[in-house]
Amino acid sequence: MNIRRLLVIAVPYLWLLALFLVPFGIVLKISLSDLAIARPPYTPYLDLAAGLAGLKAFFAGLDFDNFVFLTTDDLYWRAYLSSLWIALSSTALALLVGYPIAYAMSRATPEWRPTLMMLVILPFWTSFLIRVYAWVGILNTEGVLNQFLMLTGVISEPLTILNTRTAVYIGIVYTYLPFMVLPIYATLDRLDDALLEAAEDLGCSRLSAFWLVTVPLSKQGIIAGCFLVFIPAIGEFVIPALLGGSETLMIGKVLWDEFFRNRDWPVASAVAIVLLLILLIPIILFQRNEQKQREAEG
Amino acid sequence: MRRFGWFNATSLTLGLAFLYLPMVILIVYSFNESKLVTVWAGFSTKWYGELFRNEAFLDAAWVTLKVAVVSSTIATVLGTMAAQVLVRAGRFPGRTLFSGMIYAPLVMPEVITGLSLLLLFIAIGLDRGVFTIILAHTTFSMCYVSVVVSARLATFDRSLEEAALDLGCTPFDAFRSVTLPVIAPAVIAGWLLAFTLSLDDLVIASFAAGPASTTLPIKIWSSIRLGVSPEINALSTILIGVVSAGVISASLISKRAMVLRAREERQAEQG
Amino acid sequence: MATMPANEDFAPWDDPSARALITFRNVTKRFGRFTAIDAIDLAIYEREFFALLGPSGCGKTTLMRMLAGFETPTEGAIELAGRDIVPVPPNRREVNMMFQSYALFPHLSVWDNIAFGLRRSAMGRADIAARVEEMLRLTRLEPFARRKPHQISGGQRQRVALARSLAKAPKLLLLDEPLGALDKKLRQETQFELMDIQEKTGTTFVIVTHDQEEAMTVASRVAVMDHGRIVQVDTPARIYESPNSVYVADFIGDVNIIEGTAGASSDGPNLAVHWAEGQQALTGPARTPLAGGQRCALAIRPEKIAISGDRPGGMHNVVQGKVLDIAYLGNVSTYHVELPTGHVLKAQTANTRRIARRSHTWDDTVWLSWSDTASVVLPV
Repeated sequence: MNIRRLLVIAVPYLWLLALFLVPFGIVLKISLSDLAIARPPYTPYLDLAAGLAGLKAFFAGLDFDNFVFLTTDDLYWRAYLSSLWIALSSTALALLVGYPIAYAMSRATPEWRPTLMMLVILPFWTSFLIRVYAWVGILNTEGVLNQFLMLTGVISEPLTILNTRTAVYIGIVYTYLPFMVLPIYATLDRLDDALLEAAEDLGCSRLSAFWLVTVPLSKQGIIAGCFLVFIPAIGEFVIPALLGGSETLMIGKVLWDEFFRNRDWPVASAVAIVLLLILLIPIILFQRNEQKQREAEG
Repeated sequence: MRRFGWFNATSLTLGLAFLYLPMVILIVYSFNESKLVTVWAGFSTKWYGELFRNEAFLDAAWVTLKVAVVSSTIATVLGTMAAQVLVRAGRFPGRTLFSGMIYAPLVMPEVITGLSLLLLFIAIGLDRGVFTIILAHTTFSMCYVSVVVSARLATFDRSLEEAALDLGCTPFDAFRSVTLPVIAPAVIAGWLLAFTLSLDDLVIASFAAGPASTTLPIKIWSSIRLGVSPEINALSTILIGVVSAGVISASLISKRAMVLRAREERQAEQG
Repeated sequence: MATMPANEDFAPWDDPSARALITFRNVTKRFGRFTAIDAIDLAIYEREFFALLGPSGCGKTTLMRMLAGFETPTEGAIELAGRDIVPVPPNRREVNMMFQSYALFPHLSVWDNIAFGLRRSAMGRADIAARVEEMLRLTRLEPFARRKPHQISGGQRQRVALARSLAKAPKLLLLDEPLGALDKKLRQETQFELMDIQEKTGTTFVIVTHDQEEAMTVASRVAVMDHGRIVQVDTPARIYESPNSVYVADFIGDVNIIEGTAGASSDGPNLAVHWAEGQQALTGPARTPLAGGQRCALAIRPEKIAISGDRPGGMHNVVQGKVLDIAYLGNVSTYHVELPTGHVLKAQTANTRRIARRSHTWDDTVWLSWSDTASVVLPV
């Protein structure tokens, strides 16, 4: 192996080791430590100067107390469950909203498609924070939506949407919609029109051709889109913090508060480790699905 | 071509309205005379004036810009190297770990990435500030860059590099004078992605930033926690405008280049 | 199809004192457990136009890539002008390659593409410019010098690739399916252009192709390859007229193969082949000595078989059959004739007369005949 090749591998490798893997190891380590009134606020602290004895003392000081604590306080498991539930329902909603959009895009004339693609991608480039913030002004009790609904006489009393779960659903669907639309559009775009014509030729109605041909053939896109919404939604922080209320528990927010408000680093780390373990399942399933698709395509 | 139909027209219209109306409303209210966001009191650009007199915002904007430019540039270099390794290096010890470390940050919740980096900075006694934000942003955005660039490298015709070697280039020379110019659009796209990610990031920056350094998203966050303010609307409008103009012009340029190229190719075949 | 080399005397492979430009010594290349090249020995001489011919996967491309330096042999040595080039990296070899995809640098103009290799040598600016202009003239590309690769036609791109690989005046030029991307008519024109350029520059060319007509047209010698081995190396005429195996006979052109057993006695160079019960033995020259009773095959080209309504006199090789099918190809017609034994032979006649006056038609009983020397008897 020559020096240049070694360098090309080593530089990004070492960077990621130092700034991704090592920090992660530290999180793991602190999750096994105990809270202390000190700087840094946890024990044991690895004292390398003490040599082997220090190392022994260090390992002896590690325990699973924080993880046990997570199971005793129902705040945590309710937050995990509620995160999963919110992510799951938002994914379903995003599919419901996104599929018709992707379908309509794939039915548009070829000259229109690149423009429509760009229109769907463009919000993704603009600031996530600002787009979530935009909903605060809309969903307020004095917000644009309530004003509009009262003006048109649909309601007489303003609706409370902001600081509820509904607002969180809207926020997640809104921010992650492009992730749902694009993979579905990609599979629908490849769909051969002749297949639908063949189905109709063989006696299907338009609607049954859609159910029997279009939907099964866009399955890969649906699966990919759902994972792409579901995975980031679980650990979401900004949306529940800005749009959700005190009753919308999400684990990302719990972690943030544990760290910044309670300054309980060991528990925050334990929360992070459990969150990662939960995420591992959909991530592995997603990877498998992608791999299967790649193999199917040769 | 099958007919488009009212159903498709409706779902597209509603879908795009859903995506764009919130931003349109935000922009409209940035020109509102009144301090109260809910009452329309006539057209005014006074909030833009306020914004440009607000030292705290200007400082934060300057920090953000510095962080974004530096981190996206380093991330582009590292990400392109990583892409080269992913696509080209073949087998080497620790390859699985390497590709895992490239893909993991893409699905890692930001709170965890931020927390782990903060704990590292504290563990090694690094003072938090602009420097640590740059380190943090470079780390996650290099992964995005490497995904974008490796997608391009995977379809890159290797015989181009072989031809360069055959004509006397050293491997590095071949990369510099053939590979890099050909994959340049993907590298630029990677840089832009890294730049906007850095510009946008609130969560990781909140962990990595010290009390002395504040980025624009952190500043925006602390003021919108207190409610909607027309000043933030004005700032948002500027950010949306700048990014949209960039993205739209980039896609127009690339579309024009494609059309031109297709025409030239047709002409070339006709002689 | 075979054309003789311009210089009839050019045959260094027959001259024991001639020194080869390239020598493969017992070269083997394995990819994991797959053997791509299996213990090949080969000599290629200066100024040759040498073709590596075979179906895809036969190892011809691997052989060429080892010459260019993109693959390293697992065993054996490759010498260029007496020097072992195995350890020399591709950028230091006096060998250039024209790629199947052309591999033109899309971001550089035609001029810069041709100058690319020269700029990486010690040549001065003025010399580079002069050499590029010379190459543009040679390949008739002067009007397109400032264009980018996507702004010229496929045929012009092919010529840019050729000019670029020739610009450094390599000792050896490798051409990987150089005409594969062109349509048939353009391909035929370009074949002659390629020969012309090879002659003008005096460079040794090694071409890889799966198209036997192309190999026969351009090459001074052809190596027919199969499963990592070289089956036969010879001039196009000898490959066609005197193949050394059923594989070569079958791969090059159209052929009838009749299997049988060798007769006990041979009549001069000719051998009798017993091919069916109750049928007169066929005779032909044996390519290699065969023992009596050994399995063998008689190969006969369709155009060497005469077809007639009456039994021709004075021929050893005469069979009778019924016309099964006639394929009219314009210049020639191919008759598929079924023999009473069930064999179907193809016989070809030139259509010198109008089709309306064809003398044989479907279901006619006809006689097929060929001379003793028209066929070749091969081992199986």
